[in-house]
Amino acid sequence: MEIIDILISGSFWAAVLRIASPLIFATMGELICERAGVLNLGIEGIMVIGAFAGWMAVYSGMGLWPGVMVAMAAGMLFGLLHATLTVPLGLSQHVVGLGVTLLATSAAYYAYRLALPQVSSPPRIEPFQPVDIPVLSDLPFLGEALFSQTPLTYLALITAGVVALVLYRTPLGLALRAAGENPAAVEAQGLSVTAIRMGAVIVGSGLMAVGGAFLTMSAFSSFFFEMVNGRGWICIALVVFGAWRPGKAVLGAILFAAFDALQIRMQQTPLGALVPYQVFLMVPYVLSILALVLMSRRAEVPAALMVPYNRGER
Amino acid sequence: MTQTTAAQDVVLRLTGITKRFGKLTANDDIGFALARGEVLALLGENGAGKTTLMNILFGHYTADAGTVEIFGETLPPGAPGAALKAGVGMVHQHFTLAENLSVTENIVLGTQSLWRAGLGRAAARDRIAALSRDFGLAVDPDARVRSLSVGERQRVEILKALYRDARILILDEPTAVLTPQEADALFDTLRRATAQGLSVIFISHKLHEVMAISQRVIVLRHGRVAGEVATADTDRHKLAEMMVGAEVALPHPGLGTPGEVLMELRGVSLPAQGRRSGLAGIDLALRAGQITGIAGVSGNGQSALADVIGGVTAPAGGALVVAGAEVTEWSPRAALDAGVGRIPEDRHATGSIADFTLTENAVLEAYATGQFSRRGWMDWRAARAHAAAIITTYDVRCPGPEARIRLLSGGNMQKLILGRALEAAPRIILANQPVRGLDIGALTYVQERLIAARDAGAAVLLISEDLDEVLALSDVIHVMSAGRLSPAFPRGSMTPARLGAWMAGQGFTDAA
Amino acid sequence: MRLEPVADPGLLRMLGLPLLALGATVVVASVLAMLAGANPFATLGLIVKGAAGSKFAALETLNRATPLIFTGLAVAVAFRAKLWNIGAEAQLYAGALMTVVIGTQMGLPGVLAVPAMALAAIVAGAVVLLVPVLLKVRMGVDEVVTTLLFNFIMLLFISLLLEGPLKDPMGMGWPKTESLPREIRLPRLVEGLRLHWGFGLALIAAVAVWVIQTRTTLGYEIRAVGLNPNAARFAGIPVNRVLVKTALLSGGLAALAGFSEVAGLKGNLTLDLSPGFGYTGIIVAMLALLHPLGVVVSAIFVAGVFVGADSMSRAAEVPTYIADISLATALLFMVVAILLTRFRLVRG
Repeated sequence: MEIIDILISGSFWAAVLRIASPLIFATMGELICERAGVLNLGIEGIMVIGAFAGWMAVYSGMGLWPGVMVAMAAGMLFGLLHATLTVPLGLSQHVVGLGVTLLATSAAYYAYRLALPQVSSPPRIEPFQPVDIPVLSDLPFLGEALFSQTPLTYLALITAGVVALVLYRTPLGLALRAAGENPAAVEAQGLSVTAIRMGAVIVGSGLMAVGGAFLTMSAFSSFFFEMVNGRGWICIALVVFGAWRPGKAVLGAILFAAFDALQIRMQQTPLGALVPYQVFLMVPYVLSILALVLMSRRAEVPAALMVPYNRGER
Repeated sequence: MTQTTAAQDVVLRLTGITKRFGKLTANDDIGFALARGEVLALLGENGAGKTTLMNILFGHYTADAGTVEIFGETLPPGAPGAALKAGVGMVHQHFTLAENLSVTENIVLGTQSLWRAGLGRAAARDRIAALSRDFGLAVDPDARVRSLSVGERQRVEILKALYRDARILILDEPTAVLTPQEADALFDTLRRATAQGLSVIFISHKLHEVMAISQRVIVLRHGRVAGEVATADTDRHKLAEMMVGAEVALPHPGLGTPGEVLMELRGVSLPAQGRRSGLAGIDLALRAGQITGIAGVSGNGQSALADVIGGVTAPAGGALVVAGAEVTEWSPRAALDAGVGRIPEDRHATGSIADFTLTENAVLEAYATGQFSRRGWMDWRAARAHAAAIITTYDVRCPGPEARIRLLSGGNMQKLILGRALEAAPRIILANQPVRGLDIGALTYVQERLIAARDAGAAVLLISEDLDEVLALSDVIHVMSAGRLSPAFPRGSMTPARLGAWMAGQGFTDAA
Repeated sequence: MRLEPVADPGLLRMLGLPLLALGATVVVASVLAMLAGANPFATLGLIVKGAAGSKFAALETLNRATPLIFTGLAVAVAFRAKLWNIGAEAQLYAGALMTVVIGTQMGLPGVLAVPAMALAAIVAGAVVLLVPVLLKVRMGVDEVVTTLLFNFIMLLFISLLLEGPLKDPMGMGWPKTESLPREIRLPRLVEGLRLHWGFGLALIAAVAVWVIQTRTTLGYEIRAVGLNPNAARFAGIPVNRVLVKTALLSGGLAALAGFSEVAGLKGNLTLDLSPGFGYTGIIVAMLALLHPLGVVVSAIFVAGVFVGADSMSRAAEVPTYIADISLATALLFMVVAILLTRFRLVRG
């Protein structure tokens, strides 16, 4: 069977991790926001601004890592906007999130057109290259799948680990989880719900932007319009699928990426050639909806998700 | 303990606290002192200014004037957390616990730097165990708060304060959610605490508890200190008078004349939903011309019972019989059509729509009837006339029928809801906590209206956490505990102590 | 700092703050123009001129406003019920698709074809929104993400059809459908003016939605469900049924945007039929404070910004995306302004 051949090849799983990396960054970002009680629908636009800002920084002469920092800072800036409107002002997280997405997306496009008024084909940068981890990359299968990735993929996996650690093993994570469940509990213990939620949204947005930057700085080498293509919305579905837990969300992202990588390979098989390519392209979106449907009744939703908190209002 | 507390014994002193909200003066020159090792009761009816005072103490509001001194240090105004750091712990009426966290996690939350690497769970657990032992607060430190009973949650709240080395404990209506027996256990904990030098402010409007636990009472009325007495020198009647400003005549109705059974529950059961208690085979008959009271600690199935009678939930097992016929289709609409008038437990969340006008709220249950609409078209003229009629008849103080209901006080909102229910001429009235949070004027008004409805032949079901209210108004009384319903006791046949035993679950045969 | 409710906002607050929001947007647009090295006054002048400086420009603006009125109404109706329909784009394409299918495949005469196309479009748009709403009502699946994802699925589906069964054999390989015959297209609203009946239909739809919202039991139910679903359910309002009805209304309105674009303007279906009319509908609805008649005004304003920016960017070196940024900014300023009409920031 062709599918079996694909599934046991190291190069397939290497592709899976590559596809999963931006999703892991952005999913962790969204998860942090939601765990603190804020739905961040700005994610799609923040990924666009991250993809653009990181790429632009490198294109204008900065190093790759400084470029990642620029992307993150740009994301945090839009995170600050989102947080200010939704946390202390308590505005609708739906409306603000969509507004932030529209604003960030159009800001990226505007800046791109300003910087490069007439280009027919998008200019390229020298992206992150795969780094072989000594010894480990020589392992059969695993070496190819796991240990010959670009640095940003390693960083994505490390980020997920750090998020899980902070969330479950530190006072900060405790406060974050409490803020998304019962903000009054946080306030009663002398902590500021506003500060915790704003911090979560800002940091989370920074991670989303790094996820976007992965696209222009690791996966591809250029910025083009509509390159994020709904990945942000898919990450929101992945947070639900992962039941708001970092480990499960990473597994979800990898599973999701596996289906995506599989559909790409299936397109190239004789059988796949008979099916219109659009059907394959629909797979990620259909899967996301399926994930939402499957998990809709099971997960423990943070109780205060999307509920603004006003001190002193009882 | 006496009124003359030596200066060095004062742990908390409020001086001249004043807070205005627009035209309303919520706190007017409030001042008192709390001594070491004393239980001070803060007594006052709803709206007397207790909550505002506590919000000022905890820095959630900034007072317009006045100072808070704790252990001789003046607190900076409007700084949340300052009182907490100074050693004041508060147990709110609505618990402030995160259900997704464990007991230990809830207790250590906020007690250490957020930038620390680990939680130090083991050490925390040991300290919590020691505190539990010392103060008689049994609770499993590893349990998830989601799975705890109300009594256990309150213990966690007290542990939270003790873990922070609080020297002053403030408890806001702590017994509202407890059985009399659990309340006794709480009082025992408080006595142990004061014996170790802690001071307690006990906020309540239940006079007998104030008499039982406090050494000194401060009475608040209309935002002012209306009096300060040593508990030993006063009694319940004097306190009641101080609280409302005059001898109050709460309604003491005569017995009703029971008629036919209008609604009957036969072995009705409902599964529990999360923390919400279900129903375990309940038999209940509601008779015309009778007030049937349901006593019990909240959370023992009263909400489920109210939902079944009000049409929100259909019974999962057993039968619901209305006017002699078993009900098959049961919904809020069906209940309304069957002549059930409903006063819901929470007037904000379920009883009204805050951003709707009084007119729109007045027709919420009847907009689809021929009275207010025809073939899908609203008749707003009729709706406005209806709202105006309710406003006049039920003395709803408001700017007019086109004002948004969110601008109304709780009492006036409740009068509109009462009017909406009674104007539909219901044969069965579900009154779920009808006077919770109302001031004395609105409270007596609502109670008198319910009695009048009974005398006009309606079957009234009164669900209340307030045992005194149930005892005073009901013709027959049932007690709910863990989803079970006791037999009916005629008024006067039971003492509060015996009802308390039923509330704690004693006396039920576990046949269901 | 704390938010305190304002009991009686007064006319100054109610009108002044939204105007201030628009003023702030103009400032943002000026800064953007300066970033592009252009004179802000000249840039704004060119935008206004491009949007309304001539009869041609004004008619172009109204034509562009037509689909925005429909999607704006679709969003306004849904958001009133707190039904987060972000999928107007998909519903628009569903409507356009059915218009083309009926118009090119059935061979109906003009009098029958137009209502048949409109009806089929409405049904298709309603069905497309019905799926996420049923998932919400029956399974508790959040509709925000599902409606968003449907946009992508629908676009791929259209692409599949354009390269397959619906491909125009005379299209020289371009992914587009055959064109509707002339006689079944929407006629001009006024003879000699380049403005089709779709605009008239949009105005009628706005008035109809307004009447529904203020005069009918359905409108009352929709508002009740949106403001407090628990109280609505308790009072006997069939909340889920109301949500489904709202979805049918909202999806149908969005689909009419597709119908009117195909039958009134383009004549055929391509993948660039909508430059995000569905998403822009959210801005239109929010700027109108979800009021159906306000939607007409804000759709014309938003369309004017787009048309004006297009025309301006041909003359000046300012990218046309200045319109998108300005409108997104206006949306955010506006929600803050609305908040401040109801609350004031106070200390302590």
